[in-house]
Amino acid sequence: MWNWFHKLASPPHFYRIASAFEPWLLWLAIACMLTGAYGGLVLAPADHVQGDGFRIIYVHVPAAFLSMFSYALMAVASGIGLIWRMKLAFSVAAATAPVGAAFTFLALVTGAIWGQPMWGSYWEWDPRLTSELILLFLFLGYIFLRQALAETRQADRASGILALVGVVNLPIIHYSVEWWNSIHQGPSLIKLEAPSITTDMLWPLLAMIIGYQLLFLAILMTSVRTQVLQREQNARWITEQLGTENIHG
Amino acid sequence: MLQAFQLVISRELQMAFRRWSDLALPVIFFMIVCMLFPLAVGQDQAILQKIGPGAIWVAALLATLLSLNTLYREDFDDGTLEQLALSTQPLTILLLAKTVAHWIVTELPLIAITPLLTLGFNLPAEGVYGLMLTLLAGTPALSLLGSVGAALTAGLHQASGLIALLLLPLTIPILIFGARAADLAASGQSIAGPLYLLGGLSVLALTLCPFATAAAVRVSLD
Repeated sequence: MWNWFHKLASPPHFYRIASAFEPWLLWLAIACMLTGAYGGLVLAPADHVQGDGFRIIYVHVPAAFLSMFSYALMAVASGIGLIWRMKLAFSVAAATAPVGAAFTFLALVTGAIWGQPMWGSYWEWDPRLTSELILLFLFLGYIFLRQALAETRQADRASGILALVGVVNLPIIHYSVEWWNSIHQGPSLIKLEAPSITTDMLWPLLAMIIGYQLLFLAILMTSVRTQVLQREQNARWITEQLGTENIHG
Repeated sequence: MLQAFQLVISRELQMAFRRWSDLALPVIFFMIVCMLFPLAVGQDQAILQKIGPGAIWVAALLATLLSLNTLYREDFDDGTLEQLALSTQPLTILLLAKTVAHWIVTELPLIAITPLLTLGFNLPAEGVYGLMLTLLAGTPALSLLGSVGAALTAGLHQASGLIALLLLPLTIPILIFGARAADLAASGQSIAGPLYLLGGLSVLALTLCPFATAAAVRVSLD
């Protein structure tokens, strides 16, 4: 097990594995998302309260899920990098941040579009929306800190510390926002209590979530590979791996 | 160790009191921001009374942010930070001393001047008292979190915008609890609950932030 772990952590080995897996992940992701989209947009019945408007759930919920998953992954990878001084873990954390920020943005935008017909306004200071917005700023802080620190080693460790501080803070932020909202109840807010969802509606959602997850992994593979290439640009294995034509071409 | 802690604090205090401008700048900034709210919102006493506690909390947050730019900058440039890191005393304790000094030098004057500023918002007396209590309970967490942010960006020039981006999202719980508790106090209700939560956040920050600050300083010195 540990042997396998150490092997995976070596950049050339990871590079080979990532290159091999990437197309599979991408095609599987597209297949899952197409199935989920067909199931969600065509097969699933319309909601009796929200009508066809609820169908945005198939874009919104997976994005929101991925945004939180990305932050957790970023923090875990940063922790591994800080504790075991593993460069690959830092590459994963650095590659996750922009993808996570993109999913967070997507979740916010689709949430706002959904909110317009349901709540009558694009933005309500709903606790979940607010937490998501704060999450976006946390991602941006991480990305900008990395940008500001020119030296990779320093950027890795500083941004890693920031990610860990952020992940400790995240539950506190979430609960404080919820508490704030319970005092400051918005006017005539239609609560989006999850109604007991039927299987017709549920399976496309699960397919979409799996599809998003696979897509995330595929993007992550490409991004980590780019990171590895940048970090190891003077290593010999790169010349051997990519062949001479890539170097001179 | 305790002696080193006291030495760092007294050094910081001495340096701060020898340069009045650094000491006064956050306070003046705090006053100006508080003045901007009535100017922007209008003179309606009821509205001012309603937004007063929140506005003063936001202003305190921004004033703290302003003071953080210089927290580690000079010590980084002249090598003091390196000496602290090399000393036989634990860096965590020495930096905690610097943070405590920062709280005394920056946050205490802000809290002291708050009663004066509440006049502009026409807050009732019990509201003023509650507001000061929430600031007293919440600002230690601000200083502690702020020192992490300042340490992460110590080696960068013109980091003020970056510090704001790093810190403001993290300070949101403090702002929410602080401003809501101050709001409750102004309307004459009990603020014990949120006040304890604020104190709890400060204690949590006290237990975790100094380690993050020390790690961040070591990274910046790298």
